Amino acid sequence: MQEKIFAKGNEAVAMAAIEAGCRCYFGYPITPQSDIPEYLARELPKSGGVFMQVESEIAAINMVLGASAAGVRAMTSSSGPGISLKQEGISYMAGSELPGVIVDIMRQGPGLGGIDASQADYWQATRGGGHGGYRIIVLAPNSVQEMYDLTMLAFDLSDIYRMPAMVLADSVTGQMKESFVTKRYTAAELPEKSWAVRGRSEGTGQNVVKSLKLGDGEMEAFHWNMIKRCQELSEKESRWEEFMADDAELMVTAFGSTSRIAKTAVAAAREEGIKAGLIRPITLFPFPRKAYENLSRKCGEFLVIELSTGQMVDDVKLAVERNAAVSFYGRPPGAGSLPTPEELLEQIRKHCGGVR
Amino acid sequence: MRYDLFIAGYGGQGVLLAGNLLSYAAIHEGKNVSFFPAYGVEKRGGAAMCTVVFADGDTGSPVVGRPSVSLLLNQLSFDKFASKVKQGGICIINSTLVKTGGESLEGIKLIQLPMGDMAVELGDPRMVNMVACGAYAAKTSAIAISSLEKALTKALSERNHSLIPANVKAIEAGAAAVNGQKMID
Repeated sequence: MQEKIFAKGNEAVAMAAIEAGCRCYFGYPITPQSDIPEYLARELPKSGGVFMQVESEIAAINMVLGASAAGVRAMTSSSGPGISLKQEGISYMAGSELPGVIVDIMRQGPGLGGIDASQADYWQATRGGGHGGYRIIVLAPNSVQEMYDLTMLAFDLSDIYRMPAMVLADSVTGQMKESFVTKRYTAAELPEKSWAVRGRSEGTGQNVVKSLKLGDGEMEAFHWNMIKRCQELSEKESRWEEFMADDAELMVTAFGSTSRIAKTAVAAAREEGIKAGLIRPITLFPFPRKAYENLSRKCGEFLVIELSTGQMVDDVKLAVERNAAVSFYGRPPGAGSLPTPEELLEQIRKHCGGVR
Repeated sequence: MRYDLFIAGYGGQGVLLAGNLLSYAAIHEGKNVSFFPAYGVEKRGGAAMCTVVFADGDTGSPVVGRPSVSLLLNQLSFDKFASKVKQGGICIINSTLVKTGGESLEGIKLIQLPMGDMAVELGDPRMVNMVACGAYAAKTSAIAISSLEKALTKALSERNHSLIPANVKAIEAGAAAVNGQKMID
């Protein structure tokens, strides 16, 4: 058996990036994600990569755009305030059909907010975040193991679908340390980056990477093509986890760190004879809509739990409302606002008054 | 089996190192481990706390509202967290710094050990966390003392490995004290 290592979620992200062949990292420090640049500053150059602490978050995302346009796997990471600054660059990447990985270790907002955990960047992440009507791939790890695995996956999906991919976690998942196993990266079947700007000496001819599309019908065609890729992504890449879901009379749903707390609460409810279950989206975009819809045919009540005043609840409603009632329990982000399993169990009991 | 543990004290008492040490020891025993530190604008003398969960299977929630066992190393953390220990749970306190004032801790087993004094006697007050880890392991049998000792090589950076024998002594002293045995010098 492979020996387990013990590291922070943030460090696992950095390890996975190197293993997945990321060769350029550009970033600017901000709590609670600074372990990522700290690790990469030390380790990425050893793998022949380039680490740059740059002058701003805006510079960082535009350097990711540049590296990616040259066909290199590139990444940046930040937290709320910095991710907001990056939105212009992310929009340009989406417009230029460029891959690239952005890691958001969420902290509280709006504004400078605070450094404790929050899930209030859900809308920003899953709705694109910048201007112009685009989506990006959003993956939501709930353990250090998944911080590692999903970072690798983010690079592959981003390359295959030619759109930016975000790893969306929070300060719980980023700061906690867990035992996990590292894996050798084996590349998925990746398309050739024949569009990359590598210079004529590489024999690719002249390639142009741009988001300015002024040609007759060019922009409309781009948008229809983008939506097609999104649909394909939704069909092929939706990922989720179910727990005790088959015979559940109350379906609890949460993502990221909150799903860990919720799962323990669901297990405790089962011990009391309450038929609770859990569904957790692993991909937030694409949201695993079909999985929710299928469960809603068997279970008439969904309880959404978030570390915000309610964002993912929108997507759950879109998926299940035809068949099931949706209620929400949230804790707005802030120091001391992490719900405990006991607290969530109480919520489950409340909803299952008649079930016991 | 799933074990959870809450450790709190002030910055400088080695609360996070204790959590790391217990985590490495649990990994050594083949367990899955979640270690969740409270973090923030930390400083020496401020509040420090962490939660450790380890299990053969899923560790589940890294956030624990009512811990099964709490190691409380100073007065502030005792006042704030002792009553959160779950019914039937164990609260191990550093009586060198914690004065209990007859709080109602019904249904909780309270173990008082002069961990601070013991650490000083062993040669360094900073080893209070090691005494606490030894006491936890011996009281709960959740982790073998030998695993804690092995874990020291991983939890301590290499430049501190020369201190391992002293820390082993502190762990063993904590274990012996909690077992009510006479401490052997």
